[in-house]
Amino acid sequence: MLWFQGVKVKIRKIIGKIFTTILWSILTIITLFPIYWMVLVSTRTPVELFGKPNLSPTFFQKIHWKNFTKPFIDGIYSDYLFNSIIVATSNAALVTILALMATYALSRFKLPGSESIFFWTMTNRMAPPAAFMLPLFLLFSTVFKFGDFTLFDTKIGLILLYCVFNLPFAIWLLKGIIDGIPKELDEAMIVDGANLFTVFWKLIIPLAAPGIAVTSLLSFLFAWNEYLLASTLTSVYARTIPTGLSEFVTTTGTNWGTMAAVALVSMIPALIFLFLVQRYIVAGLTFGAVKG
Amino acid sequence: MFSNNRTGWLLLSPTIFILILVGLVPFFYVLYVGFFKWNPLAVDPSMQFEGFGYNYRQLIFDEVFLSSIWRSIRFAVVTLFFELSLGFLLALSLLSSFPLKSFFRGVHTLPLVIAPIVVGSIFKLFTVQGLGPLPHFLKDFFGYTLNYGLNADQAFWMIVIMDIWHWTPFVTLTLLAGLSALPQDPYESAKIDGANNFQIFIYITIPMMVPVLIVVIFIRLMDSLKIVDEVWMLTGGGPGYATRFTGIHIWKEVFEKRFYGFGSAMSILYLYITIVICWLLYSVMVSRGKSED
Repeated sequence: MLWFQGVKVKIRKIIGKIFTTILWSILTIITLFPIYWMVLVSTRTPVELFGKPNLSPTFFQKIHWKNFTKPFIDGIYSDYLFNSIIVATSNAALVTILALMATYALSRFKLPGSESIFFWTMTNRMAPPAAFMLPLFLLFSTVFKFGDFTLFDTKIGLILLYCVFNLPFAIWLLKGIIDGIPKELDEAMIVDGANLFTVFWKLIIPLAAPGIAVTSLLSFLFAWNEYLLASTLTSVYARTIPTGLSEFVTTTGTNWGTMAAVALVSMIPALIFLFLVQRYIVAGLTFGAVKG
Repeated sequence: MFSNNRTGWLLLSPTIFILILVGLVPFFYVLYVGFFKWNPLAVDPSMQFEGFGYNYRQLIFDEVFLSSIWRSIRFAVVTLFFELSLGFLLALSLLSSFPLKSFFRGVHTLPLVIAPIVVGSIFKLFTVQGLGPLPHFLKDFFGYTLNYGLNADQAFWMIVIMDIWHWTPFVTLTLLAGLSALPQDPYESAKIDGANNFQIFIYITIPMMVPVLIVVIFIRLMDSLKIVDEVWMLTGGGPGYATRFTGIHIWKEVFEKRFYGFGSAMSILYLYITIVICWLLYSVMVSRGKSED
């Protein structure tokens, strides 16, 4: 009877596998279907969208390019896109440089109160942005004034602001990596007459390169995706693509095709990012509390 | 060189400067404004001091604000329940091997990197009356009318479904990372002792996963309490007050009615409540950590 038992176990395993595959197929459809619909909407004219939803992939036959050209070539959305690129890139660069310096200081020097500084930077990340919306708006538009220049509606304002959310997490992510580089290596270099800049350039940056890449990409993504503060702290000149997306909601008679096209374009960095650092996403989102 | 703390502080100073400028100063500023009666659209647009508790006394009896906090907490708990159960199940299923596993996992990661505002747009396009396939489908096959622009319950649960779609992958992947790092010895001894899969799950997997579970619960609760973008895109806080979570309520009071003083008091209370919840969870985490050492 033993062979029979074996077959039973095997059959049960195969049934389990089939069941799991079916479950995950359904999940994949649930995940992708709304996105697929958005792509369909972005390629259709308003007339084609009228009436019963047509789910067939019509974009193989015909794409209504006007949905893309209207906002991005004729409209203001090319400016929004440009602002988003500038803000996200500069923020990622600034955050990475500052976080490297700060992490190095926290890791190598015995600074009094460095533990509390570390904890304090973390609390900045946990705070709800909606609670800071009003004071930041007032400070940016009236208090932080240098002659005629205010931070309100400037890219610099947004770049500095996103540091509050990105720096803590960048420091957290880099700390583990820099702590892992033996202190003796730095000391040996310094004994040989290298200055701090050389230590960074020749030792820390090459050894921490993967961590630095992940940090800057995650910072970029956060700055690119942020909506609430960007929408309250800009009005005309520094509006980013997410704020542009929300403008579709308030207008009467939304042009769904254009909205879908803008949403699709603003998703592109996320998609590229997904391919590059999928493995690190978990560690990034949990502050390294759980290693992915 | 490392004994020379001046270099250390020098390296740290830009970070501290920026965090003070856009993190600490706004906090003290909002605390300060919260003590004043200030509405730039009122007859008297200047800041008036009417006693330290002026705004807070009003706030305690503001039913809309209090109900928005209650709504946010309810939302956070409901989504946490669904995301945690579904995520745990999926994480366990990812431990075994089955065809196309890495493809499924890759697709599952996709919602995590999409901006909340884009998630809101995707769901708007998918579920809005007259355009989206979902209302049509529900109408044709089940005779169910989905119109969350009018139905308060549908609006709340639509937001819940959207949040589950967006964040279950986070729970799944985090728990999977935790599960893959568990030591194998307890499982082997349990199997030798003749425990079945269910017993192994209850008495071995769950207790060993507690630290990871706490991290997940912590992060998910904090994020749910912050929710604004997706809701703003999908329902705008309506219909009525049905999806007016605290963040959205503050926005409306501040930028539509221009209640600066009152809005500041609200921001402070909102911050305070989040910090209390955060601190409670943190102390649970620390005490768990200590009891295990």
